[in-house]
Amino acid sequence: MNEVTRLYEIWVYLQAEPLFWLTLTVGSYLLADYIYRASGLFPLLNPVAISILFVSGSLIIFDIDYERYFSGAKFIHFLLGPATVALAVPIYLNWKLISAKRIAIISSMILGSIFAILITAFISFIVQLDPTLAKSLLPRSVTAPIAMGVSEVIGGEPSLTAILTVMTGIVGAAFGTFLFDLFKIKNMAARGFAFGLASHGIGTARALTKDKKAGAFAALAMGLSGIATAILLPLLFHFLDIF
Amino acid sequence: MLKAAFLILFLQLIGEFIQKYFEINIPGPVIGLVLLLGFLFLNSPKRNHFKDLRQQVIQTSESLLGYLSLLFVPIGVGVVMHLKLLEGQLLGVIAVIVFGTFATMLFTAVLFHLFNRKDTDE
Repeated sequence: MNEVTRLYEIWVYLQAEPLFWLTLTVGSYLLADYIYRASGLFPLLNPVAISILFVSGSLIIFDIDYERYFSGAKFIHFLLGPATVALAVPIYLNWKLISAKRIAIISSMILGSIFAILITAFISFIVQLDPTLAKSLLPRSVTAPIAMGVSEVIGGEPSLTAILTVMTGIVGAAFGTFLFDLFKIKNMAARGFAFGLASHGIGTARALTKDKKAGAFAALAMGLSGIATAILLPLLFHFLDIF
Repeated sequence: MLKAAFLILFLQLIGEFIQKYFEINIPGPVIGLVLLLGFLFLNSPKRNHFKDLRQQVIQTSESLLGYLSLLFVPIGVGVVMHLKLLEGQLLGVIAVIVFGTFATMLFTAVLFHLFNRKDTDE
């Protein structure tokens, strides 16, 4: 047996194991993070987006299906639940500031959540998306488990909603800082709150790496807008005649 | 560390239980977040029942949250691998997501900033 066949056989063995995909995921993230830092924190080189491109590029090149990849990546994915619980800590540590801003928090939570739904409906209508897709898009700003539940209630497709929600998170996380700098919004609480409301967990992760205060407001906005949307969207949906 | 990890997992478990039992739309981990917030307040420094545990929970959470971005990579890869599902409508979807998200972020940040003036200042 020659060397090449032996190496190929080892590869066949390794790529069936979770270890390989777990290592690829962490490695890609570290590389993406290094590139992001080396670029002087250039917002569009968001580490999440770049590492997703690395990993999915590798999967496409080596013709690996997602289920195989996920057999390893699920160990990382699992930690999302405990990390969500852990978001209580930044909220707790910034509680004084949060309770001082309760008027801004409550009003932006309600109006922001309604705005997110209406603007999504409006643009979907303009670009003439098919009705199921448009319905699946409506709850896209909130954290995936809530968005999928709401999507089912209003007649969307929950699996599509999961995809659209994650896309929203990545877009928000990648462009948020850029957008706020462009429009000269400097208040960290306002920036964080907008990150969490418009792009849920992925935006919150982005806000947390930038500033702890912004992270606390993002975590708060993510939780509150999730709850507000779960209640408001099914009600609002009755008035959205366009679908 | 281990006690803190246990508490976080346990509160998530309770959260999942509450979600299933009462059949509500709020995900288990978000309910767990509220429960952990409750724990932190009930054990505020003045009371001191579980002082060590409180400190540990804060440290463990902060180190876990330091890697929060990484945790979204597997699901993000899933999105790229399933883009076929949006066949033919991908451009429309991107338009909605990009413009919708930009508008929502700016609207929310500006609104928050305006209302913020009415609150007591930091």
